[in-house]
Amino acid sequence: MQTPSPQLQLDSSSRPPALRLSGDWTLARYAALRGQVNEWRQRLDGQALAAELDGIDALDTAGAALLVDLLGAARLIAAVEADASLGSERRNLLLATAHAHQGYVEEPAAPSESAIREVLAHIGAAVDGICHQLIALLGFIGLTLASLARTAPRPRRWRVTSLVVQIEQTGLDAVPIVALLTFLVGAVVAFLGATVLASFGASIYTVDLVAFAFLREFGVLLAAILLAGRTASAFTAQIGSMKANEEIDAIRTLGLDPVELLVLPRMLAMLVTLPLLTFIAMLCGIVGGAVVCFISLDISLLMYFSMLHDDIALKHFLVGMAKAPVFAFLIAVIGCLEGFKVAGSAQSVGAHTTSAVVQSIFVVILLDAVAALFFMEMGW
Amino acid sequence: MSEALIEIRGLGNRFGSQQVHEHLDLDVHRGEILGVVGGSGSGKSVLLRSIVGLREPSAGRVKVFGENLLELDPQRRSQVERRFGVLFQRGALFSSLTLSENVALPLIEHAGLSRADAEHLAQTKLALSGLPAGAACKYPAQLSGGMVKRAALARALALDPEILFLDEPTAGLDPIGAAAFDQLILTLRDALGLTVFLVTHDLDSLYCLCDRIAVLAQKRVLVADTLEAVAAYDDAWIQDYFHGPRGRAARVAASKE
Ligand SMILES: Nc1ncnc2c1ncn2[C@@H]1O[C@H](COP(=O)(O)OP(=O)(O)OP(=O)(O)O)[C@@H](O)[C@H]1O
Ligand SMILES: [Mg+2]
Repeated sequence: MQTPSPQLQLDSSSRPPALRLSGDWTLARYAALRGQVNEWRQRLDGQALAAELDGIDALDTAGAALLVDLLGAARLIAAVEADASLGSERRNLLLATAHAHQGYVEEPAAPSESAIREVLAHIGAAVDGICHQLIALLGFIGLTLASLARTAPRPRRWRVTSLVVQIEQTGLDAVPIVALLTFLVGAVVAFLGATVLASFGASIYTVDLVAFAFLREFGVLLAAILLAGRTASAFTAQIGSMKANEEIDAIRTLGLDPVELLVLPRMLAMLVTLPLLTFIAMLCGIVGGAVVCFISLDISLLMYFSMLHDDIALKHFLVGMAKAPVFAFLIAVIGCLEGFKVAGSAQSVGAHTTSAVVQSIFVVILLDAVAALFFMEMGW
Repeated sequence: MSEALIEIRGLGNRFGSQQVHEHLDLDVHRGEILGVVGGSGSGKSVLLRSIVGLREPSAGRVKVFGENLLELDPQRRSQVERRFGVLFQRGALFSSLTLSENVALPLIEHAGLSRADAEHLAQTKLALSGLPAGAACKYPAQLSGGMVKRAALARALALDPEILFLDEPTAGLDPIGAAAFDQLILTLRDALGLTVFLVTHDLDSLYCLCDRIAVLAQKRVLVADTLEAVAAYDDAWIQDYFHGPRGRAARVAASKE
């Protein structure tokens, strides 16, 4: 800024031509000098010349790097050796930078592909990824079941403490949010029913609507989706950061089985908690419906529950409950598998956590739709 | 004696019931290389974190460039922090950036360079800290332990800081690499007038690099003085440290040079 440009002057009268350098060669002036250096480098390319470095005021590593760019390592080293007036500190800095540069070839940037090819490649990679994902998931399910079969007959290998901790974290801690959300959804469904059925004069059947919806579908679906968001992501993040920190490798080298140690307790905890949470979800949804019926339809609680008792068969409850363990298993397995797929960086933990949530919600809804068709065809 | 860049008075640090530092005093002077030694868990890294303002001490005060970092407003503090370069014990490279992006980040943010310029300069810094070509586009997870140390040094040097904090820089380097590392620090100190706060267990580094040595023991700085004065200090741990088998070997090696 205060130093006058130009900082480079070529004196072509002397033999060989002398390049006179002056002013500050520091990081603060890097951006300004960079352009000049690029220009001059081409003009000087291949010429024999003597560089005079003693006019330089301030010099740091950024400036030294610029000088190497300008003159090339070999010419700079020659100039430094020729210049006896240079202080030893400055000489060492320039030499260190120049020597570091020798034999250090910068990586050329990869040539960019055309846009269409990139899109096609991306689609191909995505499809390939889905296939691999499916195979990996099936393989991991097999691994988990095999490990379960190995540990089940040996109660001394059961990780009871870890199981209980996981049950608390995935189950007990999730009760408030599951209860509140299903209560609200129950109320909403009841409102919908009351509005639509009133035009047929059948608003009393709101009770059946809420009960059917929650026992067969919504109870288990809402609980599973909440756990997919809450627990699958936690599993991925926990196992993923252990993976990034080489803890999984440490477990292996200690002769332990990471699946047995990390996956089984989580999976078993989910198998315990999701059915329980489903039950709570069903109850709260029905209670939410009851409150709306009581307030806006004048159906007394007594009447509400006696209708439930008379109209709704036990099989609806069983149909809903039967799905819970399957969902639980899949959510746990997907969450853990994504954790194991993390590769060493914080970004990868984030990407796999997202992927775990998306996959488990997708699988839950897909399976639920298939199951609904199946149960309907069977007349259950 | 030249001016003190870092001034620590009555520093206390505690974690729950564990008191790590108590009434700790230390000065670091401009242009010197101060070696900090002490047993594992004696609180060297915690001391470093207190100085750079990552940890609020439970007692006492730390002044860097005559200012207490924790009392500055964020903008002023960021300006002071730019004059630090810190190499953390475990590298602390950004795992989702490549090495050259790691080094280029402070250059882009603070020196206002364009991305291309910054990455170009980053390559020089990586070369200077002894990384082979081709490492620049790798991610930290793909590096060996020693390479992580070198890359972390390159990032610490990115802005040509005035004070360099190094937490065990030569741990995990091969002996040739460690010697080159020491030489690089010396060169930079001489050329740029760096002040270096060097935590190390490497006796060879202590002998060939440090102007003064501070010994951290019994929750405070026991002595901070030249190598000869510290080695002669009357304390069982210090005597073991400098006159044990490794200490003797390093001294013989240093005196041969
Ligand atoms: N975040 C923390 N919480 C609780 N205790 C801590 C924390 N950080 C450090 N400590 C404790 O403070 C003490 C000093 O730790 P510090 O990391 O400074 O040791 P060190 O001298 O750097 O050792 P080393 O040479 O092994 O690196 C240790 O006993 C450690 O357990
Ligand atoms: Mg430490």
